[in-house]
Amino acid sequence: MSKNAALSYLPRQSVVHRLTGTAKLAFFLLWSTAAMLTYDTRLLAAMTITGLVLFSVSRIRLREVKGALIFMMILVLLNLFAIFLFSPDQGTHVYGTKHVILPLFWRYEITQETLFYLLNFFLKYSAVIPVALLFILATNPSEFAASLAGIGVSYKIGYAVALALRYIPDVQRDFHNISQAQQARGIDLSGKDKAFTRLKNSAAILLPLVLSSLARIETISNAMELRGFGKHKKRSWYVQRPFERRDWVALAIALGVLALSLGLTLAKGSRYFNPFQ
Amino acid sequence: MKKMSVKTVVAIGIGAALFFVLGRFVAIPVPFVPNTTFNLQYGVLGLFAAMFGPIAGLLIGFVGHTLIDLSWGSPWWSWILASACFGLLTGLFASKLDLESGVFGKKEILTFNIAQVVAHAISWIVVAPGLDILVYAESVEKVFAQGAVAGILNAITTGIVGTVLMLAYSKTRTKKGSLNKE
Repeated sequence: MSKNAALSYLPRQSVVHRLTGTAKLAFFLLWSTAAMLTYDTRLLAAMTITGLVLFSVSRIRLREVKGALIFMMILVLLNLFAIFLFSPDQGTHVYGTKHVILPLFWRYEITQETLFYLLNFFLKYSAVIPVALLFILATNPSEFAASLAGIGVSYKIGYAVALALRYIPDVQRDFHNISQAQQARGIDLSGKDKAFTRLKNSAAILLPLVLSSLARIETISNAMELRGFGKHKKRSWYVQRPFERRDWVALAIALGVLALSLGLTLAKGSRYFNPFQ
Repeated sequence: MKKMSVKTVVAIGIGAALFFVLGRFVAIPVPFVPNTTFNLQYGVLGLFAAMFGPIAGLLIGFVGHTLIDLSWGSPWWSWILASACFGLLTGLFASKLDLESGVFGKKEILTFNIAQVVAHAISWIVVAPGLDILVYAESVEKVFAQGAVAGILNAITTGIVGTVLMLAYSKTRTKKGSLNKE
Protein backbone atom coordinates (compact mmCIF):
# COMPACT_ATOMS: atom_id res chain seq x y z
CA MET A 1 0.00 0.00 0.00
CA SER A 2 3.01 2.24 -0.07
CA LYS A 3 2.09 3.67 -3.44
CA ASN A 4 -0.82 5.59 -2.00
CA ALA A 5 0.68 6.21 1.38
CA ALA A 6 -1.20 8.92 3.19
CA LEU A 7 0.49 12.10 4.35
CA SER A 8 1.95 11.73 7.78
CA TYR A 9 4.18 13.34 10.37
CA LEU A 10 7.71 14.29 9.26
CA PRO A 11 9.89 15.16 12.24
CA ARG A 12 12.28 18.09 11.60
CA GLN A 13 14.05 20.76 13.59
CA SER A 14 12.12 23.92 12.83
CA VAL A 15 10.15 26.70 14.45
CA VAL A 16 6.94 25.26 13.04
CA HIS A 17 7.67 21.87 14.57
CA ARG A 18 8.52 23.40 17.93
CA LEU A 19 5.15 25.14 18.20
CA THR A 20 2.81 23.29 20.53
CA GLY A 21 0.13 21.14 18.91
CA THR A 22 -2.56 23.34 20.42
CA ALA A 23 -1.12 26.45 18.80
CA LYS A 24 -0.84 24.71 15.44
CA LEU A 25 -4.39 23.38 15.60
CA ALA A 26 -5.78 26.77 16.61
CA PHE A 27 -3.72 28.49 13.90
CA PHE A 28 -4.95 26.06 11.26
CA LEU A 29 -8.61 26.40 12.28
CA LEU A 30 -8.52 30.22 12.48
CA TRP A 31 -6.61 30.42 9.21
CA SER A 32 -9.01 28.21 7.28
CA THR A 33 -12.00 30.07 8.75
CA ALA A 34 -10.48 33.34 7.56
CA ALA A 35 -9.94 31.89 4.08
CA MET A 36 -13.49 30.54 4.02
CA LEU A 37 -15.04 33.89 4.93
CA THR A 38 -13.33 36.16 2.47
CA TYR A 39 -13.19 36.36 -1.30
CA ASP A 40 -10.88 39.36 -1.23
CA THR A 41 -8.18 38.71 -3.80
CA ARG A 42 -5.53 40.76 -2.02
CA LEU A 43 -5.99 39.07 1.33
CA LEU A 44 -6.10 35.59 -0.21
CA ALA A 45 -2.93 36.29 -2.21
CA ALA A 46 -1.19 37.56 0.92
CA MET A 47 -2.31 34.46 2.83
CA THR A 48 -1.00 32.21 0.06
CA ILE A 49 2.39 33.90 0.14
CA THR A 50 2.54 33.76 3.95
CA GLY A 51 1.63 30.09 3.80
CA LEU A 52 4.41 29.37 1.34
CA VAL A 53 6.91 31.27 3.50
CA LEU A 54 5.84 29.25 6.55
CA PHE A 55 6.24 26.11 4.48
CA SER A 56 9.80 26.97 3.55
CA VAL A 57 10.57 27.82 7.19
CA SER A 58 9.39 24.34 8.24
CA ARG A 59 12.24 22.64 6.33
CA ILE A 60 9.83 20.22 4.71
CA ARG A 61 10.88 19.90 1.12
CA LEU A 62 8.45 20.36 -1.72
CA ARG A 63 9.28 17.02 -3.28
CA GLU A 64 8.16 15.25 -0.12
CA VAL A 65 4.62 16.44 -0.74
CA LYS A 66 4.77 16.36 -4.54
CA GLY A 67 2.21 13.57 -4.85
CA ALA A 68 -0.32 15.29 -2.62
CA LEU A 69 0.21 18.62 -4.36
CA ILE A 70 -0.30 17.17 -7.83
CA PHE A 71 -3.41 15.36 -6.66
CA MET A 72 -4.85 18.54 -5.18
CA MET A 73 -4.01 20.58 -8.25
CA ILE A 74 -5.90 18.09 -10.41
CA LEU A 75 -8.83 18.26 -8.01
CA VAL A 76 -8.86 22.06 -8.00
CA LEU A 77 -8.58 22.28 -11.78
CA LEU A 78 -11.41 19.76 -12.19
CA ASN A 79 -13.48 21.88 -9.85
CA LEU A 80 -12.72 25.05 -11.79
CA PHE A 81 -13.61 23.29 -15.01
CA ALA A 82 -16.87 21.98 -13.52
CA ILE A 83 -17.86 25.47 -12.39
CA PHE A 84 -17.26 26.80 -15.89
CA LEU A 85 -19.16 23.88 -17.40
CA PHE A 86 -22.23 24.29 -15.22
CA SER A 87 -22.40 28.06 -15.02
CA PRO A 88 -20.12 29.93 -17.43
CA ASP A 89 -21.59 33.24 -16.26
CA GLN A 90 -20.69 32.73 -12.57
CA GLY A 91 -18.31 35.73 -12.74
CA THR A 92 -21.03 38.06 -14.00
CA HIS A 93 -23.35 36.64 -11.39
CA VAL A 94 -20.86 37.57 -8.66
CA TYR A 95 -19.39 40.83 -9.94
CA GLY A 96 -22.38 42.24 -11.82
CA THR A 97 -20.59 43.31 -14.99
CA LYS A 98 -19.60 41.53 -18.19
CA HIS A 99 -16.47 42.03 -20.27
CA VAL A 100 -16.35 39.33 -22.94
CA ILE A 101 -12.87 38.30 -24.03
CA LEU A 102 -13.68 35.35 -26.23
CA PRO A 103 -17.13 34.09 -27.17
CA LEU A 104 -17.12 30.32 -27.61
CA PHE A 105 -20.35 28.53 -28.53
CA TRP A 106 -23.94 28.53 -27.24
CA ARG A 107 -23.91 30.10 -23.75
CA TYR A 108 -20.20 29.56 -23.23
CA GLU A 109 -17.99 32.59 -23.36
CA ILE A 110 -14.83 33.57 -21.57
CA THR A 111 -15.32 36.79 -19.67
CA GLN A 112 -12.90 38.75 -17.53
CA GLU A 113 -15.26 38.34 -14.58
CA THR A 114 -15.37 34.57 -14.82
CA LEU A 115 -11.61 34.30 -15.14
CA PHE A 116 -11.24 36.56 -12.11
CA TYR A 117 -13.78 34.55 -10.13
CA LEU A 118 -11.95 31.33 -10.98
CA LEU A 119 -8.66 32.92 -9.94
CA ASN A 120 -10.20 33.82 -6.59
CA PHE A 121 -11.56 30.31 -6.18
CA PHE A 122 -8.08 28.97 -6.85
CA LEU A 123 -6.56 31.38 -4.32
CA LYS A 124 -9.08 30.23 -1.71
CA TYR A 125 -7.53 26.78 -1.99
CA SER A 126 -3.94 27.89 -2.26
CA ALA A 127 -4.31 30.04 0.87
CA VAL A 128 -5.25 27.01 2.97
CA ILE A 129 -3.28 24.16 1.40
CA PRO A 130 0.24 25.09 2.66
CA VAL A 131 -1.05 25.65 6.20
CA ALA A 132 -3.11 22.45 6.16
CA LEU A 133 -0.12 20.49 4.87
CA LEU A 134 2.07 21.98 7.58
CA PHE A 135 -0.47 21.06 10.22
CA ILE A 136 -0.48 17.43 9.08
CA LEU A 137 3.25 17.11 8.44
CA ALA A 138 4.56 19.01 11.45
CA THR A 139 2.23 17.85 14.22
CA ASN A 140 3.12 14.75 16.15
CA PRO A 141 -0.03 12.56 16.09
CA SER A 142 0.33 11.74 19.77
CA GLU A 143 0.08 15.44 20.52
CA PHE A 144 -3.13 15.74 18.55
CA ALA A 145 -5.54 14.62 21.26
CA ALA A 146 -3.87 16.92 23.75
CA SER A 147 -4.21 19.83 21.33
CA LEU A 148 -7.92 19.16 20.89
CA ALA A 149 -8.29 19.28 24.66
CA GLY A 150 -6.17 22.42 24.56
CA ILE A 151 -8.65 24.32 22.39
CA GLY A 152 -11.49 23.34 24.69
CA VAL A 153 -12.90 20.18 23.10
CA SER A 154 -14.20 17.63 25.61
CA TYR A 155 -11.39 15.20 26.46
CA LYS A 156 -13.62 12.25 25.60
CA ILE A 157 -13.77 13.42 21.99
CA GLY A 158 -10.05 14.09 22.05
CA TYR A 159 -9.52 10.57 23.28
CA ALA A 160 -11.79 9.17 20.55
CA VAL A 161 -9.67 10.95 17.93
CA ALA A 162 -6.51 9.59 19.54
CA LEU A 163 -8.01 6.09 19.38
CA ALA A 164 -8.85 6.58 15.71
CA LEU A 165 -5.28 7.59 14.92
CA ARG A 166 -3.93 4.71 17.00
CA TYR A 167 -6.10 2.07 15.33
CA ILE A 168 -5.93 3.20 11.70
CA PRO A 169 -2.83 1.03 11.00
CA ASP A 170 -4.44 -1.96 12.77
CA VAL A 171 -7.67 -1.67 10.82
CA GLN A 172 -5.70 -1.24 7.63
CA ARG A 173 -3.73 -4.40 8.34
CA ASP A 174 -6.91 -6.32 9.18
CA PHE A 175 -8.49 -5.12 5.96
CA HIS A 176 -5.46 -6.24 3.98
CA ASN A 177 -5.40 -9.70 5.58
CA ILE A 178 -9.12 -10.29 5.20
CA SER A 179 -9.17 -9.15 1.60
CA GLN A 180 -6.28 -11.49 0.74
CA ALA A 181 -8.01 -14.38 2.49
CA GLN A 182 -11.25 -13.71 0.62
CA GLN A 183 -9.41 -13.37 -2.66
CA ALA A 184 -7.90 -16.79 -2.04
CA ARG A 185 -11.48 -18.04 -1.75
CA GLY A 186 -12.28 -16.53 -5.14
CA ILE A 187 -13.94 -13.28 -4.17
CA ASP A 188 -12.69 -10.67 -6.56
CA LEU A 189 -12.52 -6.99 -5.75
CA SER A 190 -10.38 -5.94 -8.67
CA GLY A 191 -11.54 -4.30 -11.88
CA LYS A 192 -12.32 -7.55 -13.62
CA ASP A 193 -15.78 -7.82 -12.12
CA LYS A 194 -18.84 -5.66 -12.64
CA ALA A 195 -19.21 -2.75 -10.28
CA PHE A 196 -22.30 -4.07 -8.51
CA THR A 197 -20.78 -7.53 -8.07
CA ARG A 198 -17.76 -5.83 -6.57
CA LEU A 199 -19.99 -3.85 -4.27
CA LYS A 200 -21.65 -7.05 -3.07
CA ASN A 201 -18.28 -8.82 -2.83
CA SER A 202 -16.91 -5.99 -0.73
CA ALA A 203 -19.49 -6.88 1.91
CA ALA A 204 -17.73 -10.23 2.22
CA ILE A 205 -14.63 -8.35 3.30
CA LEU A 206 -16.44 -5.73 5.32
CA LEU A 207 -18.34 -8.23 7.42
CA PRO A 208 -15.34 -9.87 9.13
CA LEU A 209 -13.72 -6.44 9.36
CA VAL A 210 -16.74 -4.88 11.06
CA LEU A 211 -17.26 -7.85 13.37
CA SER A 212 -13.61 -7.83 14.44
CA SER A 213 -13.87 -4.06 14.97
CA LEU A 214 -16.94 -4.52 17.15
CA ALA A 215 -15.07 -7.12 19.18
CA ARG A 216 -12.20 -4.67 19.44
CA ILE A 217 -14.54 -1.95 20.70
CA GLU A 218 -15.69 -4.37 23.39
CA THR A 219 -12.12 -5.17 24.50
CA ILE A 220 -10.89 -1.59 24.50
CA SER A 221 -13.89 -0.15 26.26
CA ASN A 222 -13.68 -2.84 28.94
CA ALA A 223 -10.01 -2.06 29.48
CA MET A 224 -10.73 1.66 29.68
CA GLU A 225 -13.63 1.17 32.03
CA LEU A 226 -11.47 -0.96 34.32
CA ARG A 227 -8.97 1.88 34.49
CA GLY A 228 -11.72 4.34 35.40
CA PHE A 229 -11.85 6.32 32.16
CA GLY A 230 -14.34 9.16 32.28
CA LYS A 231 -14.57 9.30 36.05
CA HIS A 232 -13.24 12.83 36.32
CA LYS A 233 -14.19 16.00 34.52
CA LYS A 234 -10.63 16.72 33.47
CA ARG A 235 -7.66 14.75 32.33
CA SER A 236 -4.00 15.48 31.87
CA TRP A 237 -1.94 14.59 28.80
CA TYR A 238 1.59 13.26 28.85
CA VAL A 239 2.59 15.14 25.69
CA GLN A 240 0.92 18.44 26.48
CA ARG A 241 3.38 21.33 26.61
CA PRO A 242 2.84 24.77 28.12
CA PHE A 243 2.47 27.75 25.77
CA GLU A 244 5.62 29.72 25.04
CA ARG A 245 6.06 33.09 23.44
CA ARG A 246 6.20 31.74 19.87
CA ASP A 247 2.85 30.00 20.42
CA TRP A 248 1.23 33.26 21.46
CA VAL A 249 2.78 34.98 18.43
CA ALA A 250 1.38 32.32 16.07
CA LEU A 251 -2.02 32.65 17.71
CA ALA A 252 -1.91 36.44 17.42
CA ILE A 253 -1.04 36.23 13.70
CA ALA A 254 -3.90 33.84 13.00
CA LEU A 255 -6.34 36.01 14.97
CA GLY A 256 -5.09 39.06 13.09
CA VAL A 257 -5.74 37.41 9.72
CA LEU A 258 -9.21 36.36 10.83
CA ALA A 259 -9.96 39.87 12.08
CA LEU A 260 -8.72 41.31 8.79
CA SER A 261 -10.90 38.92 6.83
CA LEU A 262 -13.96 39.78 8.95
CA GLY A 263 -13.12 43.48 8.92
CA LEU A 264 -12.79 43.67 5.13
CA THR A 265 -16.11 41.89 4.69
CA LEU A 266 -17.94 44.09 7.18
CA ALA A 267 -16.35 47.35 6.02
CA LYS A 268 -17.35 46.85 2.40
CA GLY A 269 -20.55 44.96 3.08
CA SER A 270 -19.42 42.31 0.62
CA ARG A 271 -17.01 39.40 0.58
CA TYR A 272 -15.71 40.24 -2.88
CA PHE A 273 -12.95 42.53 -4.04
CA ASN A 274 -14.40 43.99 -7.23
CA PRO A 275 -11.96 45.53 -9.71
CA PHE A 276 -14.67 45.94 -12.35
CA GLN A 277 -16.46 48.86 -10.71
CA MET B 1 -21.93 15.12 26.26
CA LYS B 2 -21.35 14.36 29.95
CA LYS B 3 -23.24 11.12 29.68
CA MET B 4 -21.24 9.79 26.75
CA SER B 5 -20.34 6.25 27.78
CA VAL B 6 -16.90 4.72 27.48
CA LYS B 7 -18.23 2.39 24.82
CA THR B 8 -19.46 5.30 22.70
CA VAL B 9 -16.05 6.96 22.97
CA VAL B 10 -14.33 3.81 21.77
CA ALA B 11 -16.94 3.23 19.06
CA ILE B 12 -16.27 6.74 17.74
CA GLY B 13 -12.54 6.07 17.64
CA ILE B 14 -12.71 2.66 15.97
CA GLY B 15 -15.58 3.75 13.71
CA ALA B 16 -13.59 6.75 12.52
CA ALA B 17 -10.57 4.51 11.88
CA LEU B 18 -12.75 2.15 9.81
CA PHE B 19 -14.32 5.09 7.98
CA PHE B 20 -10.85 6.42 7.20
CA VAL B 21 -9.40 3.15 5.95
CA LEU B 22 -12.40 2.36 3.74
CA GLY B 23 -12.64 5.89 2.40
CA ARG B 24 -8.96 6.35 1.81
CA PHE B 25 -7.75 3.03 0.48
CA VAL B 26 -10.75 1.20 -0.95
CA ALA B 27 -12.12 2.60 -4.17
CA ILE B 28 -14.65 0.91 -6.40
CA PRO B 29 -15.13 3.11 -9.46
CA VAL B 30 -18.67 3.83 -10.58
CA PRO B 31 -19.39 2.62 -14.11
CA PHE B 32 -19.93 5.35 -16.73
CA VAL B 33 -19.21 8.24 -14.37
CA PRO B 34 -15.54 9.24 -14.41
CA ASN B 35 -13.74 10.14 -11.19
CA THR B 36 -16.42 8.88 -8.83
CA THR B 37 -16.21 5.93 -6.51
CA PHE B 38 -18.64 4.05 -4.34
CA ASN B 39 -18.03 5.20 -0.80
CA LEU B 40 -18.20 2.00 1.21
CA GLN B 41 -17.56 3.93 4.39
CA TYR B 42 -21.14 5.21 4.46
CA GLY B 43 -22.45 1.66 4.76
CA VAL B 44 -20.33 1.15 7.85
CA LEU B 45 -21.23 4.60 9.19
CA GLY B 46 -24.91 3.71 8.79
CA LEU B 47 -24.40 0.54 10.82
CA PHE B 48 -22.40 2.27 13.57
CA ALA B 49 -24.90 5.15 13.76
CA ALA B 50 -27.77 2.68 14.12
CA MET B 51 -25.88 0.73 16.79
CA PHE B 52 -24.29 3.49 18.84
CA GLY B 53 -26.66 6.40 18.33
CA PRO B 54 -26.69 9.87 16.77
CA ILE B 55 -23.75 11.39 18.67
CA ALA B 56 -21.49 8.52 17.68
CA GLY B 57 -22.72 8.79 14.09
CA LEU B 58 -22.08 12.52 14.00
CA LEU B 59 -18.56 12.26 15.38
CA ILE B 60 -17.54 9.22 13.32
CA GLY B 61 -18.62 11.07 10.17
CA PHE B 62 -16.89 14.26 11.23
CA VAL B 63 -13.61 12.80 12.49
CA GLY B 64 -13.36 10.12 9.80
CA HIS B 65 -14.03 12.48 6.93
CA THR B 66 -11.70 15.15 8.33
CA LEU B 67 -8.90 12.57 8.59
CA ILE B 68 -9.50 11.43 4.99
CA ASP B 69 -9.40 15.01 3.73
CA LEU B 70 -6.31 15.84 5.79
CA SER B 71 -4.50 12.81 4.43
CA TRP B 72 -5.10 14.18 0.93
CA GLY B 73 -3.92 17.60 2.00
CA SER B 74 -6.76 20.00 2.70
CA PRO B 75 -10.15 19.70 4.38
CA TRP B 76 -13.35 20.57 2.50
CA TRP B 77 -15.53 21.56 5.44
CA SER B 78 -18.90 21.66 3.70
CA TRP B 79 -18.67 18.00 2.72
CA ILE B 80 -17.22 16.97 6.07
CA LEU B 81 -20.23 18.50 7.78
CA ALA B 82 -22.50 16.68 5.34
CA SER B 83 -20.93 13.36 6.41
CA ALA B 84 -21.40 14.31 10.04
CA CYS B 85 -25.00 15.26 9.31
CA PHE B 86 -25.61 11.88 7.66
CA GLY B 87 -24.29 10.08 10.76
CA LEU B 88 -26.41 12.20 13.08
CA LEU B 89 -29.65 11.79 11.12
CA THR B 90 -29.21 8.06 10.55
CA GLY B 91 -28.52 7.68 14.25
CA LEU B 92 -31.65 9.64 15.13
CA PHE B 93 -33.96 7.81 12.75
CA ALA B 94 -32.52 4.33 13.04
CA SER B 95 -31.85 4.20 16.77
CA LYS B 96 -35.13 2.31 17.20
CA LEU B 97 -33.54 -0.71 15.55
CA ASP B 98 -32.54 -3.23 18.16
CA LEU B 99 -29.71 -5.03 16.42
CA GLU B 100 -28.30 -6.34 19.68
CA SER B 101 -31.34 -8.54 20.23
CA GLY B 102 -30.96 -10.13 16.82
CA VAL B 103 -34.23 -8.90 15.33
CA PHE B 104 -33.73 -7.68 11.78
CA GLY B 105 -36.58 -8.60 9.45
CA LYS B 106 -38.31 -6.89 6.55
CA LYS B 107 -39.71 -4.12 8.72
CA GLU B 108 -36.31 -3.23 10.14
CA ILE B 109 -34.67 -3.31 6.70
CA LEU B 110 -37.34 -0.90 5.48
CA THR B 111 -36.89 1.40 8.51
CA PHE B 112 -33.12 1.50 8.09
CA ASN B 113 -33.27 2.17 4.37
CA ILE B 114 -35.87 4.90 4.64
CA ALA B 115 -33.78 6.47 7.40
CA GLN B 116 -30.56 6.31 5.39
CA VAL B 117 -32.10 7.58 2.15
CA VAL B 118 -33.70 10.54 3.95
CA ALA B 119 -30.44 11.25 5.78
CA HIS B 120 -28.42 11.11 2.56
CA ALA B 121 -30.92 13.34 0.76
CA ILE B 122 -30.73 15.99 3.48
CA SER B 123 -26.94 15.77 3.76
CA TRP B 124 -26.00 15.87 0.09
CA ILE B 125 -28.86 17.83 -1.47
CA VAL B 126 -29.34 20.39 1.31
CA VAL B 127 -26.34 20.60 3.66
CA ALA B 128 -23.37 20.09 1.33
CA PRO B 129 -24.51 22.33 -1.55
CA GLY B 130 -25.97 24.88 0.86
CA LEU B 131 -22.65 25.26 2.66
CA ASP B 132 -20.77 25.25 -0.65
CA ILE B 133 -22.85 28.21 -1.79
CA LEU B 134 -22.59 30.03 1.56
CA VAL B 135 -18.92 29.41 2.23
CA TYR B 136 -17.32 29.05 -1.16
CA ALA B 137 -19.89 31.07 -3.22
CA GLU B 138 -19.90 28.28 -5.76
CA SER B 139 -22.12 28.06 -8.76
CA VAL B 140 -25.58 26.83 -7.76
CA GLU B 141 -26.07 24.45 -10.69
CA LYS B 142 -22.71 22.78 -10.16
CA VAL B 143 -23.03 22.08 -6.44
CA PHE B 144 -26.55 20.69 -6.75
CA ALA B 145 -25.51 18.42 -9.60
CA GLN B 146 -22.50 17.27 -7.56
CA GLY B 147 -24.57 16.81 -4.41
CA ALA B 148 -27.29 14.86 -6.18
CA VAL B 149 -24.79 12.45 -7.77
CA ALA B 150 -22.98 11.95 -4.46
CA GLY B 151 -26.24 11.50 -2.56
CA ILE B 152 -27.65 8.90 -4.95
CA LEU B 153 -24.40 6.91 -5.07
CA ASN B 154 -23.98 7.00 -1.31
CA ALA B 155 -27.59 5.96 -0.77
CA ILE B 156 -27.09 2.96 -3.11
CA THR B 157 -23.87 1.98 -1.33
CA THR B 158 -25.37 2.38 2.13
CA GLY B 159 -28.47 0.47 1.05
CA ILE B 160 -26.52 -2.53 -0.21
CA VAL B 161 -23.55 -2.61 2.16
CA GLY B 162 -25.37 -1.39 5.28
CA THR B 163 -28.27 -3.81 4.89
CA VAL B 164 -26.02 -6.80 4.23
CA LEU B 165 -23.88 -5.91 7.26
CA MET B 166 -26.89 -5.48 9.54
CA LEU B 167 -28.48 -8.73 8.43
CA ALA B 168 -25.27 -10.60 9.03
CA TYR B 169 -24.61 -8.90 12.36
CA SER B 170 -28.10 -9.55 13.69
CA LYS B 171 -27.66 -13.24 12.82
CA THR B 172 -24.64 -13.41 15.10
CA ARG B 173 -26.75 -12.24 18.05
CA THR B 174 -28.95 -14.51 20.07
CA LYS B 175 -32.63 -13.68 19.69
CA LYS B 176 -34.54 -12.61 22.73
CA GLY B 177 -36.61 -15.47 24.08
CA SER B 178 -34.83 -18.03 21.97
CA LEU B 179 -34.45 -20.34 24.94
CA ASN B 180 -37.38 -22.54 25.88
CA LYS B 181 -38.03 -23.95 29.28
CA GLU B 182 -38.79 -27.62 28.98
